[in-house]
Amino acid sequence: MTAIAEPVDARLRPSAAQNARWAISDALVITRRNLLVWMRVPAYLVFTVVQPVIFVLLFRYVFGGAIAAPGSGGYVSYLMPGIIGQTAAFATFATAIALAQEAKKGVIDRFRAMPMARSAVLAGRLIADSIRMLIVVLVIVAVGYAVGFRFQNGVVGAVGMVLLAEAFGVTVCAVSAFIGLAIKDEESVQAFGLIWLFPLTFVSSAFVPIATMPSWLQGFANNQPVTLVINAMRSMALGGPAFPLNPSLWESVLWLAGVLVVFVPLAVWSYRRVG
Amino acid sequence: MPPPNTDSAIEVSGLHKSFGKVHALRGIDFTVPRGSVLGMLGPNGAGKTTAVRVLTTLLHPDSGRVVIEGYDVVRDAAAVRRRIGLAGQATAIQLELTGRENLEIMGRLSHMPRSTVKGRAAELLERFEIADAADRPAKTYSGGMQRRLDLAASLIAEPSVLFLDEPTTGLDPHGRLGMWAIIRELVGRGTTLLLTTQYLDEADELANTIVVVDRGQVIASGTPDQLKDQVGGDLLEFTVPDRTKLDDALRAVAGLSATSPTVETDAKRIKVPVGSGGSTALVDAVRRLDAAGVATEDLALHRPSLDDVFLAVTGHAAEVEPDGAAKGRKTPAAGVAS
Repeated sequence: MTAIAEPVDARLRPSAAQNARWAISDALVITRRNLLVWMRVPAYLVFTVVQPVIFVLLFRYVFGGAIAAPGSGGYVSYLMPGIIGQTAAFATFATAIALAQEAKKGVIDRFRAMPMARSAVLAGRLIADSIRMLIVVLVIVAVGYAVGFRFQNGVVGAVGMVLLAEAFGVTVCAVSAFIGLAIKDEESVQAFGLIWLFPLTFVSSAFVPIATMPSWLQGFANNQPVTLVINAMRSMALGGPAFPLNPSLWESVLWLAGVLVVFVPLAVWSYRRVG
Repeated sequence: MPPPNTDSAIEVSGLHKSFGKVHALRGIDFTVPRGSVLGMLGPNGAGKTTAVRVLTTLLHPDSGRVVIEGYDVVRDAAAVRRRIGLAGQATAIQLELTGRENLEIMGRLSHMPRSTVKGRAAELLERFEIADAADRPAKTYSGGMQRRLDLAASLIAEPSVLFLDEPTTGLDPHGRLGMWAIIRELVGRGTTLLLTTQYLDEADELANTIVVVDRGQVIASGTPDQLKDQVGGDLLEFTVPDRTKLDDALRAVAGLSATSPTVETDAKRIKVPVGSGGSTALVDAVRRLDAAGVATEDLALHRPSLDDVFLAVTGHAAEVEPDGAAKGRKTPAAGVAS
């Protein structure tokens, strides 16, 4: 770069505190905007809420009879933490699609040419999507209660399970944000945005006990992060090792932190080079 | 602090930008005086959009310098962003939201006070004739209305320099004229404008100065009239039905301009390049031919359009370019600058 500019008066540069206030306010404006869009498009609502409800009913009544579940409460108790985890993960598909659309339509270009905080588009997307995710998770819990599921480990365990599902969803969201911004093409994201989640969620302890899988698959299923997350959610919902000592809880928290450390910078990097 | 003292709203010098092996910009220079309109004219893939992206802080240049209202786009990007508006080729509005919501969100993100935003949005909706549809989702708007809303969104914070990347691409003739009227009004209010276009009449209509860009370089620049003069200015043409009178006619019009007339004997046609003095020359020619007793047909003044300019300058560039550059041309059209 050969650019040399005139000196700029320091007073023109906003203070760090002012920048931080704007970063928060900008992220909230984007959050509100994204939630408005979500509520205006019936297809999004249907996809994000109805589809997981169908999964619950399908697994509870169609496959459920054929699956012997360990623990108390039968298959529905085993299933619900798994389906909540899967719902949180699949909800991030919309994250990838929305960011790909915004990149393609020039919305992100326009935002980047404005004086708004650089972090706001991604932060607002993550906040809006985690709110959306929380609503969907609560709907699924309600549907679960209607079909026989009960939390068996008290309020703290139930809240802990929902929080872990959220943390898991936000982590997958960061990966999806990167996918959406890196691919940038809506059709390709449609095709690719969920595929990687299928093996991760189904080849896990989410829907069936891993012991029923062939041994070559068990190695993967037992050690991959979705299994750890679902096991931790399940023990919080149904009881099990007291959760400060729960090994899968700490392992899954470490996993999620590790994935975030890698994918948040990747998402930011792809946001900067959009277009 | 007022911006550093300069009469130019935009100064671009020695701008280079490559994407891998594709040289999208290969040394661009121009300045845009405050309150004037620069039309950047060029075919698809010429580098127009890349240039706009560098000027609006979206891309870092490889080398060269861009100063907007006294602020360097690389060093003082934040200060530049507070002074510019950008409307890109695609309509960057949220179709699920209403026109009003779109504008108010843009205003909030430009850090305008909440109370100012509402009034400003209402004013723009009114001015751009969207007020009646202000509370309907933007996806119910016509193409022209969506474009106007998109332009309004880029104006919410009253930028002093506005960038419009092909503002009328995809609009029907009616929408196009509407957009032209809005752009003229903006310029009347003192906004500095850089607009890119593939439409020659659009640049002619709106711009004070035109830079013709091809393959990442400025191949011609000047006022619309100067560019027309570059291809020889106005041309007076007529036919002499009586072949025996051709020589008389030639003698009669020979003194009209410094350049000699040309004769197409078979077609019995005479062409006189008359520079920029077209109308005077036309009257003069009629008088002289009449005095010489020569009857004519199809006497007409042909004013070169920017099409002629464009073909002349780009045609020339195409001939002197080596083969490699001709191949490279397809790539930016597809991926970089379109």
